Amino acid sequence: MTSAGSYCCLERSSWRLQLWYALLHHPSTLFLNLTELTDQQKEFQEVARKFAREEIVPAAPSYDRSGEYPFPLIKRAWELGLMNGHIPEDCGGMGLGIFDACLITEELAFGCTGVQTAIEANSLGQMPVIIAGNDAQKKKYLGRMTEEPLMCAYCVTEPGAGSDVAGIKTRAVKKGDEYVVNGQKMWITNGGKANWYFLLARTDPDPKCPASKAFTGFIVEADTPGVQPGRKELNMGQRSSDTRGITFEDVKIPKENVLIGEGAGFKIAMGAFDKTRPPVAAGATGLAQRALEEATKYALERKTFGKFIAEHQAVSFLLAEMAMKVELARMAYQRAAWEVDQGRRNTYYASIAKAFAGDIANQCAADAVQIFGGNGFNSEYPVEKLMRDAKIYQIYEGTAQIQRLIISREHLGKFKQ
Amino acid sequence: MSARVLVGVKRVIDYAVKIRVKPDRTGVVTDGVKHSMNPFCEIAVEEAVKLKEKKLVKEVVAVSCGPQQVQETIRTALAMGADRGIHVEVSGKDYETLGPLQVSKILAALAKKEQADLIILGKQAIDDDCNQTGQMTAALLDWPQRSPEDGTFASEVNIEADKLKVVREIDGGLETIKINLPAVVTADLRLNTPRYATLPNIMKAKKKKIANVKPADLGVDVSSRLEVLKVDEPPQRQAGVKVETVHDLVGKLKEAGRI
Repeated sequence: MTSAGSYCCLERSSWRLQLWYALLHHPSTLFLNLTELTDQQKEFQEVARKFAREEIVPAAPSYDRSGEYPFPLIKRAWELGLMNGHIPEDCGGMGLGIFDACLITEELAFGCTGVQTAIEANSLGQMPVIIAGNDAQKKKYLGRMTEEPLMCAYCVTEPGAGSDVAGIKTRAVKKGDEYVVNGQKMWITNGGKANWYFLLARTDPDPKCPASKAFTGFIVEADTPGVQPGRKELNMGQRSSDTRGITFEDVKIPKENVLIGEGAGFKIAMGAFDKTRPPVAAGATGLAQRALEEATKYALERKTFGKFIAEHQAVSFLLAEMAMKVELARMAYQRAAWEVDQGRRNTYYASIAKAFAGDIANQCAADAVQIFGGNGFNSEYPVEKLMRDAKIYQIYEGTAQIQRLIISREHLGKFKQ
Repeated sequence: MSARVLVGVKRVIDYAVKIRVKPDRTGVVTDGVKHSMNPFCEIAVEEAVKLKEKKLVKEVVAVSCGPQQVQETIRTALAMGADRGIHVEVSGKDYETLGPLQVSKILAALAKKEQADLIILGKQAIDDDCNQTGQMTAALLDWPQRSPEDGTFASEVNIEADKLKVVREIDGGLETIKINLPAVVTADLRLNTPRYATLPNIMKAKKKKIANVKPADLGVDVSSRLEVLKVDEPPQRQAGVKVETVHDLVGKLKEAGRI
């Protein structure tokens, strides 16, 4: 999948062209142009920022309290073109690169990560189809997302298997021209709102069969008989996002809905992550940025011992460290996004970005509550929600521990070469 | 309808920015400061695009005067729905002294050249608050001009058989005015709510044309008749004093020699 214009800024002037050639010969050179976005990227970012600050921020507290699905906000984001950016142009989408999508994601997450996760789950569900779908599947399932504001979901995790994807037990048995699926999925974002799911199920019953051949990816229409979404789960944070368990009871899937072929599922499911981890990192960065801005505003208003609390070093140092973390997280996700847009394998960078951003989002949210003091603990102020929302960034899309496994494996692998 | 609308858009310092006066007191700091389209101009663009959607006009042309950066502002207008843009290149000292008189001369010349039937402008710009360009442009072209007055709501602008119909809220109810085209309309705050530029429209806007023109090509002299002597911050607000009773108030006023 190619990106559209996320680095067209390279052609603008000769020094940039020289650096680009240098990069070709020295892949270890740090990538350029972190500081200057293209005009189009700036315009996209502007729209997302305006929408987030004017429409998401005011509505977020009530969605958090009620847990209601923020469909009006999602519909608005869809109308503005802020959703489904990755869908290729021939399916009615904009064919945006991961970098551009990350810029938008960070801005929306600033508004509310619950709303942003509901939107992001669309990208996660679509990614296997974008990378592995045939033309018919893409036109059918991606095309419909651009015609109406529909949701989709990524159905892999089970009650008994989260990090250990190879341990999933949902079975798909071939019967004639169909597969019959039985099993139980859990923690599926958009589970109750999706129009269709990307489903990973085990097709080879032999326990000795390696993971790379035992699983198959399917597209499942949500209204297929036997698909039973459970109740909406009540979570600590991102409460407006719809998370459910889903039971599959004798669900029949036509063979046309298999992605690539039997046994190709594991690779597809994992391949999607390289493209969706940078946006998740961007989301965590958006939350951290919000924590930093709220804390800074408060620190310049609240007085203690005769001065604004921002003038006390204990507080200004807290803010400085938050700023350091936010800037570095941003650079990390931008690098990861840029690498994959260049067509390179970005697993190392994507994991680093997601691990780091998830950790700092939690730290910055907790520090923001600290700066607000007693007010921070209270639901009338915006920062306690940030702390509750931040925790999941260390868990979903690959836990903090799994990211460290991946990073160490990649790092040691490079050393052994 | 084959009407063509010219919309003027001005690139100004963003309304949310805290303005600072330059140390040499010749103007305000603009370097590195966030700029965006004048909010009244956004409303003007929105109105023009709405007329096009109602199929009352055929083409919306966005115009801006200034250096290279104003192309961003024109592109925003294109992303909102304008069909093409005209960038009138004015830079350096000329740009610093560019005011309503020169801009209205440029707009008048362009209106004739492009055979525009309607010019929609923002009522005023938030940087100089002149509220003159619309009126001067109309005078130079000898066209009628309508600006919804402050505090009134122009709820509808329509074109009916070569006349511009404007419906305004007034104290007693609704007032409908018809003015002959071609005309100049200036847009006030409550005329409409400008749309967001959607991402697909931003991408489409890249393909729309922006023509480059110099004031000299239009036969306009942009030299200024005004000279700015100095720019100062407004005086700092002094803290007030609270008093408990009317008696105290009278006493304090006497002390201050006010009564």
